[in-house]
Amino acid sequence: MAGTAVRGRLTWQVATAGSLTDETVAVRTIELGVADWAGHSAGQHLDVRLTADDGYVAERSYSLASAPGEPVAITVERLEDGEVSPYLTEDLRPGDEIEIRGPIGGYFVWPWQDDATSPLLLVAGGSGVVPFRSILRHRAELGAKTPARLLYSAKSLPDVIYRAELDAMHDGVEVIYTLTRQQPPGWTGHSGRVNEALLREVAWASGQQPIAYVCGPTAFVESVASGLVGLGYPPSRVKTERFGGVGGP
Amino acid sequence: MDALDGNAIGGLLHEVFGTEMTAATGRCANCGFIAPVAESVVYLDAPGTVVRCRKCVGVLMVVVRRSGMNCVDLSGLAALGATAV
Amino acid sequence: MSSPISRGFHRRHRDTTADTDRVPPGQYVTTDFPVLSAGPTPHTPLDSWSFSIRRAGDTLKSWSWPELQAQSVEDVTVDIHCVTRWSKLDTRWHGVPIDTLLSQVDHDANFVLAFCDGGYTTNLPIADVTGHQAWVAFGFDGQPLQPEHGGPARLLVPHLYFWKSAKWVRGLELLAADEPGFWERYGYNNYGDPWREQRYAGD
Repeated sequence: MAGTAVRGRLTWQVATAGSLTDETVAVRTIELGVADWAGHSAGQHLDVRLTADDGYVAERSYSLASAPGEPVAITVERLEDGEVSPYLTEDLRPGDEIEIRGPIGGYFVWPWQDDATSPLLLVAGGSGVVPFRSILRHRAELGAKTPARLLYSAKSLPDVIYRAELDAMHDGVEVIYTLTRQQPPGWTGHSGRVNEALLREVAWASGQQPIAYVCGPTAFVESVASGLVGLGYPPSRVKTERFGGVGGP
Repeated sequence: MDALDGNAIGGLLHEVFGTEMTAATGRCANCGFIAPVAESVVYLDAPGTVVRCRKCVGVLMVVVRRSGMNCVDLSGLAALGATAV
Repeated sequence: MSSPISRGFHRRHRDTTADTDRVPPGQYVTTDFPVLSAGPTPHTPLDSWSFSIRRAGDTLKSWSWPELQAQSVEDVTVDIHCVTRWSKLDTRWHGVPIDTLLSQVDHDANFVLAFCDGGYTTNLPIADVTGHQAWVAFGFDGQPLQPEHGGPARLLVPHLYFWKSAKWVRGLELLAADEPGFWERYGYNNYGDPWREQRYAGD
């Protein structure tokens, strides 16, 4: 069993809400001022803790939307029967304080220092796209040439988060959407859920030694991950991060 | 409520072990399956956090929070380490 | 150092109008019915389902689903209290009293260990599952009990914290000596009386 190290102890600290950006009708990006932020790696997340005046405490995890070096930001989707997400997306105002703990995670990160050549396949279900914005922004800032494909499954075009930014990505990044519930008139892109056929079309051939990252609701992640293993991806090169809730494609 | 995975308890594990643990590898004491902690099946919200083996569903780890302290049972893990076990 | 209050944040589904005499210490009343699980939801087909009373590896008596339904089924309305601090008042259940089932076996057990699909267990003194204090419940709020809430059938022992009301129950093991079940082994109280706030071991 790994020895426990005192250094690197993660503690809760106060963060101040900064600018708020509505990405879609249900999704908001929140910039956070964090006095002692130690920096982070693309793909990591932070934990948020809210305390009500009766002492009730709620904790949730949110992927970092910001790339390393940028102001800390999370993107939150308002879940219909949520408890924390409605507060963060509707009630929180610039200047409000919340507690955060982070950055967290070492598994679902892009190991660009060790490997910037393996092609990246990023498969997002709904708000699962958030950590991929961090990865793609970081890749751009590094000037990396890593071939990257984002397969993004969303309910409809208005539900696509970061659409303008994703549509503007060039330089070795391909973004492929699939819209599962509603497509705009004249839509020539993919429709319906990510299935084997779509994966076969979009995924890098396993012979190219790609690394896949799959993020979204649990059922989505499991279906996609098993599809990729079926295409010959070694399980160790399919990284998964599951969200709860029903906010999915 | 669908189960999550070990990524969801990254903060809790860091609190317990003093270091990042999601990329650590665990070996199930029940079936021997070896996988990153991030890939285990996690049930939050129960009276405690229950972490299960993705292969055999056996319990790997249980964390019960009590008076601001974490009570951790790791008896379902035959081994846990930063590198291959 | 105390945590800063998040301006305007509050718990969801809270009912502040509830009669406080009915609420044990440290609890709040919810209109919701939270789903808490320690593992995946089992799905046992009713034609292979049974409820058994066992002792030392032997099955003393077993009831199939139709046989259970043919027992003295009754409706009860009770308050339930979860150790995670929510209470739900006037919950309506439909099921068979454990008294009815236990009276059909000969035993001198002092304790029971409820066992369930998925491997969950919880222990109780015999005195707490008799005297019209416990049921095998398969209806909730006028409907068949949903799988996420323990359907097809769960144990219902409302006078103790709700972790004792084992979901997906398949029977009771009769014991001479007490044996801790799942949460009891991981640090929860062996008995679990909400009125004495017996949440954790040693409380």
